[in-house]
Amino acid sequence: MSAATLLEVRDLHTQFNTLDGVVRAVDGVSFDLARGETLGIVGESGCGKSVTALSILRLIPPETGRIASGSIHFEGHDLATLPEDEMKRLRGHRISMIFQEPMTSLNPVLTVGTQIAENVVRHLGVSWKAARERAFEMLDLVRIADARRRLDEYPHQLSGGMRQRVMIAMALSCDPQVLIADEPTTALDVTIQAQILDLMLELKEKTGTAIVLITHDLGVVAETAERVVVMYAGRKVEEAPVMALFERPLHPYTRGLMAAIPRLDVDAESGGRRPRLQEIPGLVPRLTQPIVGCAFASRCGLATDRCRAEAPPVVDAGGGHTVACWEARV
Amino acid sequence: MTAYIVRRIFAVLPVMAVVALFVFFLLRFAPGDPAAIIAGEDATNEAIEAVRAKLGLDRPMVEQFAFWIWRLLHGDLGVSIFSNLPVTRLIAQRLEPTAALTLATLFVSVAMAVPIGVVAAWKARKIADRLVMGFAVMGFAVPTFVLAYVLIYFFAVRWQMLPVQGYNPIGQGFGPFVESLILPSLALGITYMALIARITRASMLEVLQQDYIRTANAKGLATDRVLLLHALKNAAVPIVTVIGIGIALLISGVVITETVFNIPGLGRLTVDAVLKRDYPIVQGLILVFAAAKVFLNLLIDISYAFLDPRIRY
Repeated sequence: MSAATLLEVRDLHTQFNTLDGVVRAVDGVSFDLARGETLGIVGESGCGKSVTALSILRLIPPETGRIASGSIHFEGHDLATLPEDEMKRLRGHRISMIFQEPMTSLNPVLTVGTQIAENVVRHLGVSWKAARERAFEMLDLVRIADARRRLDEYPHQLSGGMRQRVMIAMALSCDPQVLIADEPTTALDVTIQAQILDLMLELKEKTGTAIVLITHDLGVVAETAERVVVMYAGRKVEEAPVMALFERPLHPYTRGLMAAIPRLDVDAESGGRRPRLQEIPGLVPRLTQPIVGCAFASRCGLATDRCRAEAPPVVDAGGGHTVACWEARV
Repeated sequence: MTAYIVRRIFAVLPVMAVVALFVFFLLRFAPGDPAAIIAGEDATNEAIEAVRAKLGLDRPMVEQFAFWIWRLLHGDLGVSIFSNLPVTRLIAQRLEPTAALTLATLFVSVAMAVPIGVVAAWKARKIADRLVMGFAVMGFAVPTFVLAYVLIYFFAVRWQMLPVQGYNPIGQGFGPFVESLILPSLALGITYMALIARITRASMLEVLQQDYIRTANAKGLATDRVLLLHALKNAAVPIVTVIGIGIALLISGVVITETVFNIPGLGRLTVDAVLKRDYPIVQGLILVFAAAKVFLNLLIDISYAFLDPRIRY
């Protein structure tokens, strides 16, 4: 693990027990996160991107799910096996997380000030008075107007955008090394989305916190991430610096995702009409059965017998661009 | 918040008015002629008329009601038919044991049931949860008087740890006072505890699924803070509601419990008065029990405003 690497995920397998059998939600994912970097993880619903995030913080509900194998190295610990009490000291302190639903992710019966300050008291061991002052600074930092008064307000008195700002303030209150943002803007209006993303990037510049940004929105990734991991059916199919990925997507799934972005420009061949939206045919494979071969083979126009029989290895295409596909021209 | 509390207090007035109306007509709708019942089986017509005049039953109904309310507002609940003592004095004499028993039961039940309900939800489907749920089913199934005799048999007769029955007023020392309340409180409280524990578990289970609990865990908060502050405060409204509903359970249970344990409280007074058809006492007791229930429910309504900042009606 090089000095610049902050978080190193290796061959992570996270599984859930369901009535239909064991679901392999994350099936051998590896990636690195460098200090101060913004890494995007993209994929459609159910591809395992959120479970990957929850696995890093070990927030998988123990009644149903578990990290079956793999390692998550961070600051000299393996988070996959770290005792729970030490894990609790890392959460919200060295690694924190914000969630998709700002409307339901804050506790409705506790004031905003309490919810931020308790994190500071817990991890930095300061007095409640000092923690409250820190909460005020954080609200000011995420540009909530009249922050002093807002400390004593409850979540239902704030708008969705403001609640997500509060979540960010809370997550950054102990100066974490890593911020995991799971679809942080999906539930917000488009204009508010842009504000929240700008705020996150600005705070990243200020604090040097590395960000893992989980999203299904390639537009968000293009604007914010430096590097991108594309996931499909619990596996990593492609990883590249953001420019390289958009200029030269190598995996058929990544290309399919990009073709599925609605475009406003006019296509001359179609007689001045907008091009028809491309969809990826077929369905995501069921994760209750071990997948033989490439997970995308059943939906892929290029698939051969080898794709259906043998899982493709990760191939280096140069410049930090890797892809797991037999047919990719690297 | 103040406006809410003031509104809740004013909402009590019509409730108590309806109770008073009901209690007033209880005597008038009682089977037979109350004056004849009061005067006794062998009374002459003159004697019955004398009783009627004495009770004011020969007056128009509206006038009777106005007169009764007027006396009620002056704290006069009439006199007992048999002992001729003022009902207020009879009730005051018996108030302490009943108040001590119900409040002790209320306190002990809530203090035990809520924590075990929380543990059951936290350890859902594990052994601790199954024990709690097993206890809850038994608590519902065993009648108060059966449990009372079982408790007396083991703790008082076999092991002689606690008194068999009777009541020691708090004025005669705190130790004996508490000793005399332990078994009655357990017997009276078991159904109540089962009810509260079940609701606590159900309400906590629902809250523990919420996104904000995941947020609290993502902050690395200690388990007790997540459970007792983040979760329990959200789960509190249904729990507190059932605590309030259960007070009616306690009031009806107190009659049985006081009889079994020979406690000279309002429950015993009720049984005696009903058996003797001493209507003024029954009226007074209904008013007192209704007022207690309404008052405790008022406290519970007010507590909502402190538990959930979104409640403002």
